[in-house]
Amino acid sequence: MAMLEVSHLEKHFGETEVLKDINFSLEKGQSLAIIGSSGSGKTTLLRCLNFLESPDSGTIHVDGQLLLDGGVKTKTSDREVRKKRLRFGLVFQNFNLFPQYTALENVMLASQLLARERPDYKQRKKEIFAEIRANAENLLAQVGLKDRMGNYPDQLSGGQQQRVAIARALALKPDILCFDEPTSALDPELTGEVLKVIRALAEQHMTMIIVTHEMAFARDVADEIIFMDGGVIVERGPAHQVIEHPREERTRHFLAHYSAS
Amino acid sequence: MFGTVFASLNEGFLVTLALFGVTLLGALPLGLVISFGSMSKFTPLKGVCRVLVWIFRGSPLLLQLMIIFYVPGKLGHNIWGFQNGRFWAAAAAFIINYACYFSEIYRGGIESIPRGQTEAGLVLGMTKGQIFFKVKLMQLVRRIVPPMSNEIITLVKDTSLANIIALTEVIWAGDRFMKKGLVWPLFFTGVYYLAFNGVLTIFFGWVEKKLSYYRV
Repeated sequence: MAMLEVSHLEKHFGETEVLKDINFSLEKGQSLAIIGSSGSGKTTLLRCLNFLESPDSGTIHVDGQLLLDGGVKTKTSDREVRKKRLRFGLVFQNFNLFPQYTALENVMLASQLLARERPDYKQRKKEIFAEIRANAENLLAQVGLKDRMGNYPDQLSGGQQQRVAIARALALKPDILCFDEPTSALDPELTGEVLKVIRALAEQHMTMIIVTHEMAFARDVADEIIFMDGGVIVERGPAHQVIEHPREERTRHFLAHYSAS
Repeated sequence: MFGTVFASLNEGFLVTLALFGVTLLGALPLGLVISFGSMSKFTPLKGVCRVLVWIFRGSPLLLQLMIIFYVPGKLGHNIWGFQNGRFWAAAAAFIINYACYFSEIYRGGIESIPRGQTEAGLVLGMTKGQIFFKVKLMQLVRRIVPPMSNEIITLVKDTSLANIIALTEVIWAGDRFMKKGLVWPLFFTGVYYLAFNGVLTIFFGWVEKKLSYYRV
């Protein structure tokens, strides 16, 4: 069964149709890259998956479980929404780290707050916090920031900040990790270190959806690629095929702007 | 002679300090409530809060003091008739007036925090309360310390307006000597304000420094 199943997803902003009948699925351990020009709906799609936008209709299933039905307009409780959105993680284009916390604190904060809801929180507080800290330290080491854990975001480069943000998203062990143009706000010489981290995650078979403008990266790291234009999925296929031998005219036209080498 | 003057001025300054302290205790939280109201998506509430802010920022505090103190009596409800009634009438006017100013500072501070901070908190499964207290509050405090210290220093001096409803604060105390022909005590009250504001300036400078351990 597919890890993620998106069916007939639609989203309007006023008169503008941003997403039109979006259908796709994603297998566990696979990574999917979404490419397309700005305004094609890629980011809105990610935001719908992360409950930052609510789609007008369509469904999202994760692991066979219905997570969201856009057609049903009943008020879901905050608690429910929070539980559901934790199936997904999101790494933002401009990192959105919390400036008043160190790198380590950024990675630990959400886990510490969630731990309060555990029934054994009071008795095992010390142990739980030690676990959270060990996990956060591991993740920061994994993204190559072992010796920057005590730094505040403003003391880190953009690439380092984005790697902290990736560790922060991983700390909550999401089923599916989404990236919204993770390198678009970075100087070219800093994109490499972030892409390397994402590549490592792909090798560990993290299930991922990556919105990106890095065509070569998408081709080499993603299993499949979706090309979006004007709110629809124009083409979907194995990564190499979409980049090197696109079937659709619109895809060819888009890719002509990039020299993916 | 000096002894009597100082005793009297000190007594007056204690009233000034009390009014200052009570106003802060009331206006700091009330301002936050009003700022949330004026950012509310519920239009009537937002409207009421914005009109309230407009009235209290748009008219003189001196006038507000007189209206709050005298008008209930004229209408036959002498609500300030109890002991220290003048003090609490003055406190009511100051609290509402300053809460309105503070609410605008809070609102500016809250609205200047990037939307991405809230979104990052949301995707990390935080509740709205956690996002406010754990993510935004510290950033808010940092942004508002300079404008707040400005307002608070103004408040120290504004307390002298309560003179108009015969509250026996420090200028009132100095003025009593003036009426007896002794001029210098009234002018000397300025020293109290300067000294207290000097302390506040040093305090806020220290707070700003404490909070600048990170940059935004």
